[in-house]
Amino acid sequence: MKPAPFDYSAAGDLSDARRLLAGGAAKPVSGSQSLGPMLNLRLARPGRLVDVSALPELRAVAETAGAVTLGAAITHAEIEDGEVPDPTGGWLREAAGNIAYRAVRNRGTLGGSLAHADPAADWLIVMTGLGATAIVEGPQGRRRVAIEDFAVGPFVTALGAEELLVAVEVPRPGAGASWGYWKFARQVGEFAKASAAVLLDRQKGRLRCAVGALGRPPLLLGDPEGLIEGQVSPAAALRAALPERPAEALVLHVTALTRALAQARGGEEGR
Amino acid sequence: MGSEVGDRSGGKGVGARLQRREDERYLRGRGRFVGDIRLPGMLELAFVRSPVAHARVRRVAKPAEGGERVFAAADLTGVSGIRADSGLPGFRSSVQPILAGDKVRHVGEPLAACLAETRALAEDLAERVELDLEELPAVHDMLRARDPGAPLLHEHWDENAFLESAVEVGFEAAVAGAAAVVRRTFRTARQCMAPIEGRGCVAVWDRQLEQLTLHSATQMPHIVRTGLAGCLGLDHGQVRVVAPDVGGGFGYKGVLLGEEVCAAWLAMKLDRPVRWLEDRREALTGGANCREHHYEVVGYAAADGELLAVDCRAIVDSGAYSIYPFSACLEAAQVASILPGPYRMRGYRCRTWSVCTNKPPILPFRGVARTGVCFAMELTMDALARELKIGPEEIRRLNLATPEEMPFTNITNKYFDSGDYPEALRRAVEAIDLPGLRARQRAQDPAARRRLGVGFSIFCEQGAHGTSVYHGWGIPMVPGFEQATARLTPDGGLELRVGVQSHGQGMETTLAQVAYEELGVDPAKVKLVHGDTALTPYSTGTWGSRCAVMAGGAVAAASAALAGRVRAIAGHLLQARPDEVVLADGVARAGGAEVSIEEIARTWYLKPQLLPPDADPRGLEATEGYKTARDTGTFSYACHAVTVEVDLDLGQVRLLDYAIVEDAGTMINPMVVDGQVLGGTVQGIGTALFEEMPFDAAGQPLASTLADYHLPVASDIPAIRILHMETPSPLSRFGQKGIGESGAIGPPAAIANAVNDALATLGAEVAEIPLTPERVLRALAAAEPRRA
Ligand SMILES: Cc1cc2nc3c(=O)[nH]c(=O)nc-3n(C[C@H](O)[C@H](O)[C@H](O)COP(=O)(O)OP(=O)(O)OC[C@H]3O[C@@H](n4cnc5c(N)ncnc54)[C@H](O)[C@@H]3O)c2cc1C
Repeated sequence: MKPAPFDYSAAGDLSDARRLLAGGAAKPVSGSQSLGPMLNLRLARPGRLVDVSALPELRAVAETAGAVTLGAAITHAEIEDGEVPDPTGGWLREAAGNIAYRAVRNRGTLGGSLAHADPAADWLIVMTGLGATAIVEGPQGRRRVAIEDFAVGPFVTALGAEELLVAVEVPRPGAGASWGYWKFARQVGEFAKASAAVLLDRQKGRLRCAVGALGRPPLLLGDPEGLIEGQVSPAAALRAALPERPAEALVLHVTALTRALAQARGGEEGR
Repeated sequence: MGSEVGDRSGGKGVGARLQRREDERYLRGRGRFVGDIRLPGMLELAFVRSPVAHARVRRVAKPAEGGERVFAAADLTGVSGIRADSGLPGFRSSVQPILAGDKVRHVGEPLAACLAETRALAEDLAERVELDLEELPAVHDMLRARDPGAPLLHEHWDENAFLESAVEVGFEAAVAGAAAVVRRTFRTARQCMAPIEGRGCVAVWDRQLEQLTLHSATQMPHIVRTGLAGCLGLDHGQVRVVAPDVGGGFGYKGVLLGEEVCAAWLAMKLDRPVRWLEDRREALTGGANCREHHYEVVGYAAADGELLAVDCRAIVDSGAYSIYPFSACLEAAQVASILPGPYRMRGYRCRTWSVCTNKPPILPFRGVARTGVCFAMELTMDALARELKIGPEEIRRLNLATPEEMPFTNITNKYFDSGDYPEALRRAVEAIDLPGLRARQRAQDPAARRRLGVGFSIFCEQGAHGTSVYHGWGIPMVPGFEQATARLTPDGGLELRVGVQSHGQGMETTLAQVAYEELGVDPAKVKLVHGDTALTPYSTGTWGSRCAVMAGGAVAAASAALAGRVRAIAGHLLQARPDEVVLADGVARAGGAEVSIEEIARTWYLKPQLLPPDADPRGLEATEGYKTARDTGTFSYACHAVTVEVDLDLGQVRLLDYAIVEDAGTMINPMVVDGQVLGGTVQGIGTALFEEMPFDAAGQPLASTLADYHLPVASDIPAIRILHMETPSPLSRFGQKGIGESGAIGPPAAIANAVNDALATLGAEVAEIPLTPERVLRALAAAEPRRA
């Protein structure tokens, strides 16, 4: 369990990082909490690692009336501890505090998690539920990618070969908005077996129901209104969205969605 | 805490709650493990391991560059493979190659050894070795291993089975009047033992002594020495095995490893120290080697709840080879003989098969077969209880051996030395508040999606069983007398030398407490020398819950012999008869006079002019051997009681409360007993809920990191309460009983029974562990049509 040989460069700023990444043999590394194990198992064999965890542009936070933009290299622990503003008034903090365990949260980053695009990871589903936007920069310049278009497959994103995820823009919810995020992990610190996020933001006209840990990018359900109003059952919604999967493969996801909905509605059974 | 008084020895002997002396270095990170040993000129070893489960080896091609540091089977001249034959008739013999030459038989089997200055460089080299393997169909399912036409692992065999056995006692007559008959199929998963420290060794050849020293993370240095000398064709005198601090064993390190033989051969060949440290990936891909059993059980009971008979067909997946020294057949031999446990029954029939599959060879894991056996037997008892509509506590109470029957000989001739099983059950029922729990269950909303359940398991742990038992089981290593040396040093300190190895059992403390009973030397002045074949008497090592009884008995015997000699010198110095001398608190007293043990030691070693001319020339050093009064073993026992909540929408099982009533006989150190029971119970909870190495049809292990192989973690464990009973064993020196494995035996049965209790009204039942959400949901889904 020793990595194959590689070179390491700590980039000073974003343009430095882009220069070091040019050519394709190099790979960015942030908290190394996902890449590190893959290196050790020799599943990833980059010629060079470019450390982006200290880039000022990726450590920055910007606030506007409508959103907070969090740099990609902000750690789970910084979000958990409230060291960066939480536009949702605590939902991000709570989600962050339930990722892995503290040692992993101290190093693991928001951007690293999204770029890794593990279908069972927390930020991907949380950001899908919140309707966030990824800010990406590469040789062709800067672009914005809606989060539901960011992950395109398990462990595959819309990032181009030399592109970096710079930040994530998280919209502020409107007054009276409520939220449910429920994940089922058998043990503390484990990845989710099923997860779901529900945003109920009538003021901003945003109703979103997303289901995660499906072995694919998060599933954003088409009729959130029906689910929230109870006209469509979670089981029926999932069955309709994923007709190819047998019902027993979706039991846990149905439960996750049911409980996230209950949380968003303020109900008891969401605990 | 410190030492609470309340024992019979002034707070330092048998029964004292002394803090463990070894914890000082362990807790401060100052232990010295194999991984801490670095020798000048040392090379690190990485293995090329088979990526497939079953294949003919066509070629192992060394890289052009660095190839001289790569060794394959053909290079290992003068080395024989590992062979461990059962003494039972019908055994089919296997030879486990040190490096696979013509065939590989499981994923992870070593094919080539690669050496470099660092492990990373050794892995780089290993990666450049090219394998040409002709893949063969794999035998991955123990239930199909004996099918006609199944591919044979060992081609000279007629079927993939090491051994088949059968016992039958009064079976046909017993079942005639059965009012309740339950049939169940039980299955336990293949697990990977996971001590914090993996395996590892450093081999070094000493030119001056012409001796190989193998520093190894082992539980049994003497046995490794015997095995290693055999494989390398060396005299025992040319081999020394040293176990330094060992970070947990559980059976994983109770084996002679091909890797050790290989490292030793390389060190001799190259005349350089060679170190191999197993990493977690090697352990998980090539070391999932325990627990996998399959049972078909039929239980028969009379209308009044009397257990009439049990019929069982058990298959143990023994993997690819018979390992040294326990062989491929220890588990199955145990299954057949211990399934009836502490219950009375009239008839019994059991057939077992130790089948051979393309998986790592099976090793005994803490509890050995008992964990699976307890699971099968205790779930059968609950199934019978449900069938008869009586409580789980009732059916056990009716059928457990009573204290009046002690010593009790059960249907398989197991000799239960002592104990009060019904009382243990009664206390467990009380501790878990069964009536209160039943009331809460009755108050549950029938539509509730979270259900409460309560479950019990009661079982015995045979410990320190000796010659006749192991010979009867056909195990190639048969333990006999255990020896210890007790030696006073010139400053009045005491050295104890034992051939067992302490790797978490706290023996540096408990054996000092035992010596204190005989000699009165403060445990703080006792040095336990263990784990080194050059310094200690021969022993089969630490396994089978034998050390407290066997090493404890040997230390007591050696200390008593030494005490006699100390008394003789003291008598001379105090002008008293030796039998008037009392040894306590580091002092010898007779009449009103006293002399310190330190002074006595100094006299013997440094002031012999003060000794009488007829002084005992054997001096202040004694080696004595010990065996229990009968070698059938001490029987500790326990009742585990657990309450669970089952989430019907998730299949998630949460442990709410856990109580254990444990009878370890006389406790040498109650805190050490608690530690053993707690640690074992946590492992048992892992077996019950989490741990599983799945294999696919090609024989590939599917959980290759700890992200997929789930160990129990702190947040999974409820506050476990341990209640003690103390029925002394009539067989052992102080009445102590082996207790090291007990905790790991009971949890799967108790937890599964609790889950089945929670699901009973839904008609659902689990019978396979671990109880993952998928398994629980499957059981619920299977019950749906029955409910409809
Ligand atoms: C034991 C353990 C338990 C865990 N449990 C959970 C859990 O419960 N939930 C959960 O969500 N996660 C969990 N994780 C993963 C953890 O959250 C990681 O921090 C996260 O997945 C990756 O973040 P990182 O900063 O460490 O990224 P890295 O490991 O450094 O990088 C991951 C990938 O992203 C790429 N990358 C990194 N930064 C950028 C960037 N700015 N632009 C483009 N590409 C980039 C890298 O090249 C790499 O491919 C766990 C990890 C461990 C070790």
